Amino acid sequence: MTDKKHIEYPDKSRTPLSQQPQEIEKPKDEKEIGALIRVVIDGVEVKVKMGTTILEAARKANIKIPTLCYHEDLCIAGLCRICVVEVEGMRTLQASCSFPITQPITIKTYTPNVRQARRHILDLLLTNHYGECYTCKRNGNCELQSLADEYGVDFFRFGKMERPRYEVDSSSYAIVRDMNKCILCRRCVRTCIDLQEVGVLEAINKGSKTEIATFFDKPLLDVVCINCGQCINRCPTAALTAQDPSDIIWEAINDPKKHVVMQTAPAPRAAICECFNMPPGTPLTFQLNTAIKMIGFDKVFDTNFTADLTIIEEGSELLSRLKKALVDKEPTALPQFTSCSPGWVKFLEHFYPEMIPNLSSAKSPQQMFGALIKTYYAEKAGIDPADIVTVALMPCTAKKFECNRPEMCDSGYKDVDYGLTTREMASMIQEAGIDLPNLPKTDFDNPFGTATGSGVIFGATGGVMESALRTVIELVTGEKVEKFYDHANITPVRGFEGIRVAEIKIPKVAEVPLILKHLFSDFKWLEGATLKVAVAHGTANARKILEDIKKGGIFSTMHFIEFMACPGGCLGGGGMPIPTNIEIREARARAIYQEDESYSVRKSYENPIITQVYSEFLKDGPLGHKSHKLLHTHYTKRGKFIF
Amino acid sequence: MFSYEKEKLSEDIVSIVNKYGKNRTSLLPILQSVQEKHHFISETAIQEIADLLGIHPVEVYGVATFYSFLNPDQKAVFKIRLCQTISCEMQGKEKIKNVLENELGIKFGETTKDNRFSLEFVNCLGMCDQGPALLVNQKVYTKVTPEKVKEIIDECKSQFSSHFLSKEE
Amino acid sequence: MPIVEYKNGMFSDIKPEEGLKKALSLSRGEVISIITDSGLKGRGGAGFPCGTKWNLAASASDEEKYIICNADEGEPGTFKDRVLLKEYPNLLFEGLTIGGYAIGAKKGILYLRGEYTYLLKGLLQVLEERRKNNLLGEKILGKDGFNFEIEIRMGSGAYICGEETALIESLEGQRGEPRNRPPFPVNTGFMGHPTSVNNCETLVLSARILAKGADYFKSFGTPKSTGTKLLSVSGDCKKPGVYELPFGVTIKELLKIVDGEDAKAVQIGGASGFCIPKKDFSRKIAYEDVSTGGSVIVFGEKRDMLDVAINFAEFFVEESCGQCTPCRFGTVEILKGLKNLKKGDLSLSMLKELLSLGKTMQLASKCGLGQSAPNAFISIVENFPDEVLGREEV
Repeated sequence: MTDKKHIEYPDKSRTPLSQQPQEIEKPKDEKEIGALIRVVIDGVEVKVKMGTTILEAARKANIKIPTLCYHEDLCIAGLCRICVVEVEGMRTLQASCSFPITQPITIKTYTPNVRQARRHILDLLLTNHYGECYTCKRNGNCELQSLADEYGVDFFRFGKMERPRYEVDSSSYAIVRDMNKCILCRRCVRTCIDLQEVGVLEAINKGSKTEIATFFDKPLLDVVCINCGQCINRCPTAALTAQDPSDIIWEAINDPKKHVVMQTAPAPRAAICECFNMPPGTPLTFQLNTAIKMIGFDKVFDTNFTADLTIIEEGSELLSRLKKALVDKEPTALPQFTSCSPGWVKFLEHFYPEMIPNLSSAKSPQQMFGALIKTYYAEKAGIDPADIVTVALMPCTAKKFECNRPEMCDSGYKDVDYGLTTREMASMIQEAGIDLPNLPKTDFDNPFGTATGSGVIFGATGGVMESALRTVIELVTGEKVEKFYDHANITPVRGFEGIRVAEIKIPKVAEVPLILKHLFSDFKWLEGATLKVAVAHGTANARKILEDIKKGGIFSTMHFIEFMACPGGCLGGGGMPIPTNIEIREARARAIYQEDESYSVRKSYENPIITQVYSEFLKDGPLGHKSHKLLHTHYTKRGKFIF
Repeated sequence: MFSYEKEKLSEDIVSIVNKYGKNRTSLLPILQSVQEKHHFISETAIQEIADLLGIHPVEVYGVATFYSFLNPDQKAVFKIRLCQTISCEMQGKEKIKNVLENELGIKFGETTKDNRFSLEFVNCLGMCDQGPALLVNQKVYTKVTPEKVKEIIDECKSQFSSHFLSKEE
Repeated sequence: MPIVEYKNGMFSDIKPEEGLKKALSLSRGEVISIITDSGLKGRGGAGFPCGTKWNLAASASDEEKYIICNADEGEPGTFKDRVLLKEYPNLLFEGLTIGGYAIGAKKGILYLRGEYTYLLKGLLQVLEERRKNNLLGEKILGKDGFNFEIEIRMGSGAYICGEETALIESLEGQRGEPRNRPPFPVNTGFMGHPTSVNNCETLVLSARILAKGADYFKSFGTPKSTGTKLLSVSGDCKKPGVYELPFGVTIKELLKIVDGEDAKAVQIGGASGFCIPKKDFSRKIAYEDVSTGGSVIVFGEKRDMLDVAINFAEFFVEESCGQCTPCRFGTVEILKGLKNLKKGDLSLSMLKELLSLGKTMQLASKCGLGQSAPNAFISIVENFPDEVLGREEV
């Protein structure tokens, strides 16, 4: 009933030509074509495919070559020069990250010249880096610091930067930019321009005046930054960090009058282990609850609950739009776009403001929860919402911006007070001296209890779509989704391919379930229809889809598209542990899908608390008046022009 | 900037971009033309160009700041660029520098308040056999003497009349 | 060695378009083999054999190819290309057309440095005339299948764009930052197509070689450095200017011609070249001895060599593209060291460290600019220790 279509896109990559994969030289010996090439690195022989870089070959031979500007997720720059090696027969040293092997060569990675060069490069970087290691957020997790340690740097050969040269830009709600710590590796530039295609950071000027800047060096708040924080994840030093609210949160915890409530999202729970020297993909959800309580939070809730709520609201919205288009024949903004990823939302507001009507008006799970805590929960628990402080543990830096959007005050108070990243949570736990991995498990607090597996998979790209499909298929057809997909795992929308599409045929329809009775009299109009959906992660992929829609291409005929700003979805978020790469993200995804399988209830609409909330509080049902006030929002046409 | 000026700028940029083509490869010629016509490359101009070429404004900004003749900071109508490289230095560049500074009442790296003149150093103009050399916009002057500086500046000033005013205010 | 002086009649030995006509009467392979046979090496300074470069570009499999004339002459003390562009533009375009024919390019681009914008009008006129005379356009000089156009693109004040990959980046509308090599432009150049980037002088000489034959060309110069070289002479001499001299000429002979015999040192190769002290004036200008892109700056007895070194160091601090670490920060450290040296405030151990840093820059920088940026500093410190060391503290 579903087939995964592979769509070929014309290469519209905006990556500068110089950074696109380039053709490599033909081998001198024709016999080498298609064969493996013999490379000798420090006396170790390895055979590699033509075009393999020296760095890759060395890794194959278990030889470590230091790197700085190199990052697995990014195109090759070859500019920090720390990875230089000696290639026999060549006058100068070669950057191993960018040197493709096309013929048998002999490489030496630690000759006196190489060691001297690396040491000099480090010395030069250290001289131009404001090394206030003790007070630095990346102390202990800084690539420059590690290299200085490995190379035994024991003094500042060319002097030390005693005073900061640049003012720190902390204008943004999400990201702090401290150029005093920048070593000009340009990973952020390649992240922002090539990986995400947002285009906030670029190298400006030349020579010794080269620096990384925004458009006319404006504060981050005033440019088109979407706060995705991908640059933070790839920065080797602390030149880019997140706005850290933990001090204010500690204060709130210590204030006896305040009732401090935490909600935790699925992605941080699958990744916080990495901050405690555990292998990626070790879920610590319930140990984390214990830690949060130990720190002094009064309650800990599961964001998955509002993820389920999002599915109900967003799913109802989708069905309403479809009905409006198919039955009422009214002009309707389709495909509907998901709105859970605040980075994606701001991306759309900046670059495609004309498509805002397509964006679901449903708030993200974080914001829905905030609104409910300060209304429903406050009422139930008998606490004055003015005394409640809501904190959201998120994988995301854009969530910090989202909770500060002026319209996010529907409870009468700031719905979510602070967004806390996985990294910041980990340091709060460390600061409290808590040994997270060895804690006992604690359940989530009532009244929201533990949610469904659908909420959990929100953390991975395709998760929102899968959850929505599980619920929509069952509500519309009245059949178990397991009938169509093994174990209700809708695999066509899973994976890490940049854009994935699926088609779901609705062979039969059932009676309208109670929860939607106020919206639809029947589903006959959906009988035999084919629901076309797509999933994209990373804003570069989002851009491809949006451009296609603008041209009236295949995506304009779709009904529902999930967009996540970050590569990999939330599990690759800008607030997640550093470093990041595809293996780490895959491990986190495995943890998330495992957790999903462990739930007995795996469909949002089956969550008993959801039914309870609709019957007790949001009495006029999904898309009703109250849910509209608390759970839905509106957007701003920001545009990309800066005046 | 007044709105009519902005419209004029946008119109100009559209016609310049159409002339050179909507490709990234045309970026330098486009920036050069805008610079020549409007004396400097403004924030607005960069965003318009970026929009037409389908690239990020910050990329255009990065390119413009890389090339010393396209720097958006240079707003003067007459950009005086004195060669500071060795041969000109050996032929008396320092004296010319002093005379220029005195004559215009600004230091090197600065622009006069009326945005008419700016002074900056430039590296080798390829006039090493005829130094000291300087450029006024695109025009080259060689074997410059202190007396000649006055003539050069007067020549520039004579081009300002009621219909030829600096537009950047 | 007899000095053949061309000053008044430079290139008077060849008739207009003689080389192009000859080239078009031959096959592309024959043209390349004549160039290869002549031993013509790149005149920009790096000295890569022109025949090899053309052959690589010609044999690359791609319909679309480009030949680029590098007229981004920015090396301090060089102005020979200015003279070629101003006085021999036809010869230059002839050479570019020959190159285009040889490698199979339909388009040639002249990348003219922004500082030479005043030459643009004249060059465009020449191109227009050449179009009228069927020296450009379709079926050039009646040769079936040979269509060739030349476009002029302007630089905008960036020395680094003289580096061929930076030049290509600049043409593509990017910051002029050198690319990783390999791949080389002859495989993956402008817009990803095979591209040969040649210096103005190289192209002009290719026209001469075609017109007069490889043997005529080889009759000048040394076996390893065939032909003549245009030298731009400036500084403390009575007759600065451009001279065409055969390779192998000694610095002493050169100084005699330009009337600068009381020089104490000569900088050969501009800021990225080497400083030759008086005791070495018997050295020859040739690829195998003192290699140069053409810049010769003469320093008289009274010049302070430390000032010279500082001037060059300042040049690189500004003109480095700022991309790779050794060059971006190394140039700054060298300048800092030189200024301290002048103040009498630099320890010998620090000086030693800076010389070693210079070596790192030569070895580990990404492109030729960074690799040659410390040359002047190293050669001045090594050759004039008495002059630069032990300055009085200021």
